[in-house]
Amino acid sequence: MLANLRQLASPKNFYQFAGTIYPWILFLAVGTLCFGLVWGLLYSPPDYQQGETVRIMYLHVPMAIMSMAAYMVMAGASAVGLVWHLKTAHIVARSCAPIGAMFTLVTLVTGALWGKPMWGTWWQWDARLTSELILLFLYLGYIGLYQAIDVVETAERACALLALVGVVNIPIIHFSVEWWHTLHQGPTISRLNPTIDASLMGPLYLMILAHWMIFMAYVLMHSRTAILARERKTQWVKSLV
Amino acid sequence: MNPKRKQRLISVIAIVVGVSLAAAILLYALRQNINLFFTPSQIISGEAPLGTTIRVGGLVKADSVIHPQEGVAMRFVVTDNVGEVTVSYSGLLPDLFREGQGVVAIGVLNAEKKLIASEVLAKHDETYMPPEVYEAMKASAEDSTIKQP
Repeated sequence: MLANLRQLASPKNFYQFAGTIYPWILFLAVGTLCFGLVWGLLYSPPDYQQGETVRIMYLHVPMAIMSMAAYMVMAGASAVGLVWHLKTAHIVARSCAPIGAMFTLVTLVTGALWGKPMWGTWWQWDARLTSELILLFLYLGYIGLYQAIDVVETAERACALLALVGVVNIPIIHFSVEWWHTLHQGPTISRLNPTIDASLMGPLYLMILAHWMIFMAYVLMHSRTAILARERKTQWVKSLV
Repeated sequence: MNPKRKQRLISVIAIVVGVSLAAAILLYALRQNINLFFTPSQIISGEAPLGTTIRVGGLVKADSVIHPQEGVAMRFVVTDNVGEVTVSYSGLLPDLFREGQGVVAIGVLNAEKKLIASEVLAKHDETYMPPEVYEAMKASAEDSTIKQP
């Protein structure tokens, strides 16, 4: 049974499986993104306090959720890679880093653009903002560490360890607004009764779904390329290219 | 599960648990430094230092805003429903600043524990709704307060 799973998760099988499903996910990603953007930016009401500025939420919140979700996937795949010595898991983990860093950077930039008109400041050393900045450094450190080590297997193991050590930051980001006094407001949609009106929640959830799709499509595509590079000396890749 | 994998799994769990514990202890030790601001009750109890730049956070007390007159800075009271701190400020206010709104004022406490602010930031809450829904909710809340004996 476990041997079967290992067979299914071989780089070759994963390459083919990813190749079959990523076009569909990409198609859904583009569809939900277009629909969500038009709904959020044009056909949803302004907020009673923040007016039109609230529309930044439709980018900022999905990006922020994905910046943490991508890290969790990266850490999970790293753990599987370390314990079961699965090449594919290491490759998937490695593919999460660039897009995770991008999500984090966009979260910080859209947050600053939102903070200036609402709070009156681009940046404060608030627990939520600072822990999200640390997340960006974790991603960049991960990418840098991978590049710095020449032997792929060693690089993968070192990066997996870094990913596992950094995972402690994720609950800190999430609970920062509850544990400490912060300028950033508390959670809205992760509570039992979300304190957001349905007319703003609809486009927000659609945008979150769209960002999940973008993430999955990117990781599948990036993993495929990484598998080809990693397995370039094997017979099946040679016959493919 | 073969013993080698089991051992690696235990190592992975040990790393995550160990790092979490270390982070928890660190954050516990630093908890006061991580808080962005002091609450008014902390200032009254003397936890905040005088004469150095600090941040005070709370709600702008209703009917406490005195707008600037000639040569006198604007004043308002920040409250956490337990303690109160008077803030004087001359500068631009963010759009969201109003009575009842959450704010963070950055400045120096003088000897009377009044904050001479150099910057005032507005907080907004975690509630999002269209203006019409807000008006409807406000109207129904007023209705129910009138009906109450």
